[in-house]
Amino acid sequence: MDFKDFARIQTRRDFFRYFGGGLETIALAHLMSREGRAATDQLPATNPLAPKPPHFAPRAKNVIFLFMAGAPSQIDLYDPKPRLKKWHGKALPSSLTKDLKLAFIKPNAKVMASARKFKKYGQSGLEFSDYIPHIAQQADDICVMRSMHTDAFNHHPGQSLLMTGSPIPGRPTLGSWLTYGLGSESDDLPAFVVLSSGRGASGGSNNWSSGFLPSTYQGVVFRSSGEPILYLDNPPGVNSDTQRARLDAIRKLNEQRYHETGDVEIASRVQSYELAFRMQTSGPELLDFSQESPKTLEMYGVGKEPTDPYATNCLLARRMVERGVRYVMLVHASWDDHDKIDEKLAKNTGITDQPVGALIKDLKQRDLLDETLIVWAGEFGRTPMGEIERADQAFGRDHHPNCFTIWMAGGGIKGGQTIGKTDEIGLNVAEEPIHIHDLQATILNRMGLEHTKLTYRHLGRDFRLTDVGGNVIQKALA
Amino acid sequence: MTTLSALARIARATGLASLVALTSILVVPAQQPSLPPPATKKIDFAEDIQPLIENRCQVCHGAQLTTSGLRLDSRDYALQGGYSGPAVIAGNSVESKLIRMVAGLDKGLIMPPAGERLTAQQIGLLRAWIDQGAQWPAEQTKAHIETPSATSTQSEATHWSFRPIKRPMPPVVKNGRWAKSPVDRFVLARLEREGIEPSPLADKRTVLRRVSLDLTGLPPTPAEVAAFLADNSSTSYEKAVDRLLESPHYGEKWAMQWLDLARYADSDGYEKDLSRPHAWRYRHWVISALNADMPFDRFSIDQIAGDLLPDATVEQRVATGFHRNTLKNREGGVKLEQFRFEETVDRTSTVATVWLGLTVGCAQCHDHKYDPISQKDYYSFFAFFNNLDEVNTDAPLAGEMGPYLAALPEYRQKREALLEQHRIPKLQPPWEKKMKQARANPGKWYDWDHAYDAFQKYLDRSDKIVDKPSSERTRKETDALTDHFVKNYQRVISEERSEKLKLKELREKLTEIKNGFPAISEAQTVTESEDNRKTHIHIRGDWDSPGIEVKPNTPSVLRALHRDDEAGQLTRLDLAKWIVARDNPLTARVTVNRIWQEYFGTGLVATSEDFGTQSEQPSYPQLLDWLASEFMSSGWSLKHLHKTIVMSATYRQSSKARPALESVDPANRLLTRQTRLRLAGELVRDAALSVSGLLYPRVGGESVRPPLPEGMAKLAYGSSLKWEESQGQERYRRGLYIHFQRTVPYPQLMSFDTSERSATQCRRERSNTPLQSLNLLNDPVFVEAARALAVRLLTETEGSLEDRLRYGFELCLARPPEESEMQALVDYYRTQTGILENDPESAEKLYALNLPDVSRVEGAAWVGVSSVFLNLDEFITRE
Repeated sequence: MDFKDFARIQTRRDFFRYFGGGLETIALAHLMSREGRAATDQLPATNPLAPKPPHFAPRAKNVIFLFMAGAPSQIDLYDPKPRLKKWHGKALPSSLTKDLKLAFIKPNAKVMASARKFKKYGQSGLEFSDYIPHIAQQADDICVMRSMHTDAFNHHPGQSLLMTGSPIPGRPTLGSWLTYGLGSESDDLPAFVVLSSGRGASGGSNNWSSGFLPSTYQGVVFRSSGEPILYLDNPPGVNSDTQRARLDAIRKLNEQRYHETGDVEIASRVQSYELAFRMQTSGPELLDFSQESPKTLEMYGVGKEPTDPYATNCLLARRMVERGVRYVMLVHASWDDHDKIDEKLAKNTGITDQPVGALIKDLKQRDLLDETLIVWAGEFGRTPMGEIERADQAFGRDHHPNCFTIWMAGGGIKGGQTIGKTDEIGLNVAEEPIHIHDLQATILNRMGLEHTKLTYRHLGRDFRLTDVGGNVIQKALA
Repeated sequence: MTTLSALARIARATGLASLVALTSILVVPAQQPSLPPPATKKIDFAEDIQPLIENRCQVCHGAQLTTSGLRLDSRDYALQGGYSGPAVIAGNSVESKLIRMVAGLDKGLIMPPAGERLTAQQIGLLRAWIDQGAQWPAEQTKAHIETPSATSTQSEATHWSFRPIKRPMPPVVKNGRWAKSPVDRFVLARLEREGIEPSPLADKRTVLRRVSLDLTGLPPTPAEVAAFLADNSSTSYEKAVDRLLESPHYGEKWAMQWLDLARYADSDGYEKDLSRPHAWRYRHWVISALNADMPFDRFSIDQIAGDLLPDATVEQRVATGFHRNTLKNREGGVKLEQFRFEETVDRTSTVATVWLGLTVGCAQCHDHKYDPISQKDYYSFFAFFNNLDEVNTDAPLAGEMGPYLAALPEYRQKREALLEQHRIPKLQPPWEKKMKQARANPGKWYDWDHAYDAFQKYLDRSDKIVDKPSSERTRKETDALTDHFVKNYQRVISEERSEKLKLKELREKLTEIKNGFPAISEAQTVTESEDNRKTHIHIRGDWDSPGIEVKPNTPSVLRALHRDDEAGQLTRLDLAKWIVARDNPLTARVTVNRIWQEYFGTGLVATSEDFGTQSEQPSYPQLLDWLASEFMSSGWSLKHLHKTIVMSATYRQSSKARPALESVDPANRLLTRQTRLRLAGELVRDAALSVSGLLYPRVGGESVRPPLPEGMAKLAYGSSLKWEESQGQERYRRGLYIHFQRTVPYPQLMSFDTSERSATQCRRERSNTPLQSLNLLNDPVFVEAARALAVRLLTETEGSLEDRLRYGFELCLARPPEESEMQALVDYYRTQTGILENDPESAEKLYALNLPDVSRVEGAAWVGVSSVFLNLDEFITRE
């Protein structure tokens, strides 16, 4: 291609750009393929993220995992325990507490009843606390699971277990397993995206790492400031024309090398560069909310404190799902309320409740909820006993692995129901225990994957997300 | 019971399906089950008990399969029990484990794990039988075999990797002239048998770039290429290989693989992920040891048990830092013993994988039918590492000691005066006393509970130090305790008081004077603990469920380890020597295979981490054994091994694809050609810094912190990561020196598949992703490298556009361009110039330099060209 051709294409590309990024991307791809410039014309297709068939017909296409890092208090949000009033200020008998694993408080710590008021919502009459009225409005689409339990009662091991199936860091995370199993539906965005708000979570990058899977499957962090994806922006002085010229030169030389060596890895690399270029276009387009109605922005709480950062992430999650991103994880930290629990919960729910409620509602009105599985979860729960570190502080609650609440909604989940029960003081699961591995098996199941079959051989054995456990929670399925 | 149905039941009871079922029962029972009463009748064993035990227990707890060390096919075995102790206590059914398990009284597990639960009536019969004395008539005893083992040992005895290494004769080949080393004769003999020609040797330039990247991790300079091309002697290649093996960068390159195995990092991992300021000293040791070609047996012994060697030197202790690279969880509320257990688990599996190629992890929790390692084997091996204590020691490097000692008196005097000034010697002893009281009275004072938790987490060996009378503490201990006090006293006093005592100010001053004096390097090491911890089998791998006691020993499937003196128990040093004994069939095989893997992309055994019974057969078993034998005969010389491999014609073949062989040998296991390999993450960085001239090639020393992209530190726990950027040329050091923060690893390394360093890793993936493209295109490190390379192209050559481009090819790819390649770059240069001439502002920003006689547009265009070089697949590939 000589310079004249190049200039012609530039002009035509500008024409398409005028109509907005989505169209441009499509149009450009057609244009390029017509003019023999698309990599696929000359090189074999070798995309490790090409869509792969599921094990069986899926009920959901995408997952939005609302990760509430630090462990929110189920007693103050989802699992009312009126009987705690009777125990308030007293220590529990040691017969009840002797096997408890507690991080900071001792078994003789005094019980603390919740100050929250609970109400029934929707036709289903699910109970929610006064701190989460927006989530509560979506009661009939939500499946609340009060009988979760986990093996770890410290944050990092707990988060690791929730994300990777093992309390010890180093294994692939849920999002990596999903993209490894199903590939990507998006041509110009990563398959596994991470959005973070609040403080950094205990697990750090272990929460989205691909572990021993190739880095192809690692979570890509969308950043809240600066360029949305690390190194997405051109360096200073490189504009989209010089960038394209640079990419064309790289491709030309790479193609020649391919013909010289016959190594398909080079074909892969050429395609990686093309996808990188498309990400450069679609990244900014994704972040551009100018086409969203004011009503939508208001519903999420975009541009308003304190909801803005989380609302932005929730709206981005919807936009990503619309564009075929397989797995979006929103990390919000921290819910680790060892003290001042009423104040701190008010703050975190004030940030997240409205956006989460809006997300469900918005997906539903766009007919996307059926194919999008929403999971709201922390790594464990909190104790019915109060915790205090210093005399001048208000009480909080300690870590509690024996029982806690999470919920799911959308893609193939039967909403408007509560699964499982805890005992009347919220110390243990009383009915229908659900382990973390069961939750993971269920998420994979809704995506059309059989958790025992999604394996990867490493260090001499077949690993899987659910380790050696996991039963699909049948009752949760629609 | 027919044999067939028995086998079917074993399969059911041990297969994966029931494993899943088994673990799904590991949930907290909702209600405490009650114990059914014993039957009141007189028990007839043959009628009431035997059928029950035979049908429901012996499938897993019999002679064929002895899960969890338990057999229930004779009275003696039942009384003796398994890993968790006696199963039956005659006369006491309530306390008998057998009853507790079938009744589900013990949290977690109910027996039998699959099928119907036992009925209350059946449990009642079992109880009555035990209470009446657990009679078991001899004629009803089925036990015949004397050695209880969870595994069948027959197949293992013949498993290829457990067989002794014999030195095979290199086979006779027809095309003897092709073969340049014995290695080639093994390969060629096979190819001749298959009727396949080997590939032609790669040209000299390709081979030099290949062997330079493989041995030192750095591309050859144009001068090195020129010298090599000019040398027409028959030994030119060997001379180049010798030069590279003598380069100090050899130790850096090969340390990378070892640091993956050693799961080396500069921070603890887990939530707090505290920095490990002394970790680098171990890396320094590895690089030095490799550069000195320390024999691999010594290299191994020093790392596994250097502290136990008679008169262990400082360097031998530094080597034990291998064991210190394990993750450490300092999260508040964590149980120390739990994580000491987890660390020991990690040490156990790491040593087993690195030296023996054995995956032992499964046996942490249970016996497995097809695994040669039983749970008892596992904990016997674990016992070698269970008595470790972590200790940091002074490990001065050459030149550090003199200035340190000279300045020491003044430093001590200043520090003590400062502490005195803040009345620390008065405040600290009552705090210590109260800390001990808090430890003895948990739950009494909540503020002290928290303070004690922090004391345990942040001060290593805190309890031991505080329990010593102050006069018996070492100076290191005294300082560490005082530093902890100064930093943490505020946890138990009011804010006002803390301010009044000016503790923050004191902290800063202490750091300031410390930084003002010369220091000596320290190292993380291990020693044997005076605690003499006993080791138990841990039921279901749970740290809190100890079973029967075991002594240190090696896996029973391998040659037994005996001590000459029958007296004491086996030590880590015994283990280390056993590992590198000449008749250990695994160590040499595993090691040469892993090194082979780096040269060909895949090992002769593809599963380089697993040589166990589940592993695949080697592609060239005789070659593997010959190399292993040669490695040992050379005195375990790694450099000799490297040379043996890279001198071979097999290694020097062209990597060009052979479509005709695609269907016969798609993965090139026959080695009919070399393989193009993308460079490791660290080397991608090194190559860019090297060709651009930015690289600061200092070898060894502390870790460096090149700028971290904005926002990365925020993703760390509590957004608390402090990343103090290295200054000056330290920013341009090789990738392996980048401070490895486990929860915030350096993004470029992660994008290019560097190990996460949370567990041992024997081979890296080589992915190919758009994030890698973005990284090479836009990361400021690579943009800066492109600018520096542009300066080289503009200043180190004179002449035409083509001359400069040719020089770029020489620098980056060690070869001249093809005509079409030249044309593509000339076109690109002109296209760019055309665009930039109309956009001087962009040109200015991109160029950002000021060279005499170079216009902005020209400069910017050369930055673009340089960036193209750094982005080529060939640039980040070893051809």
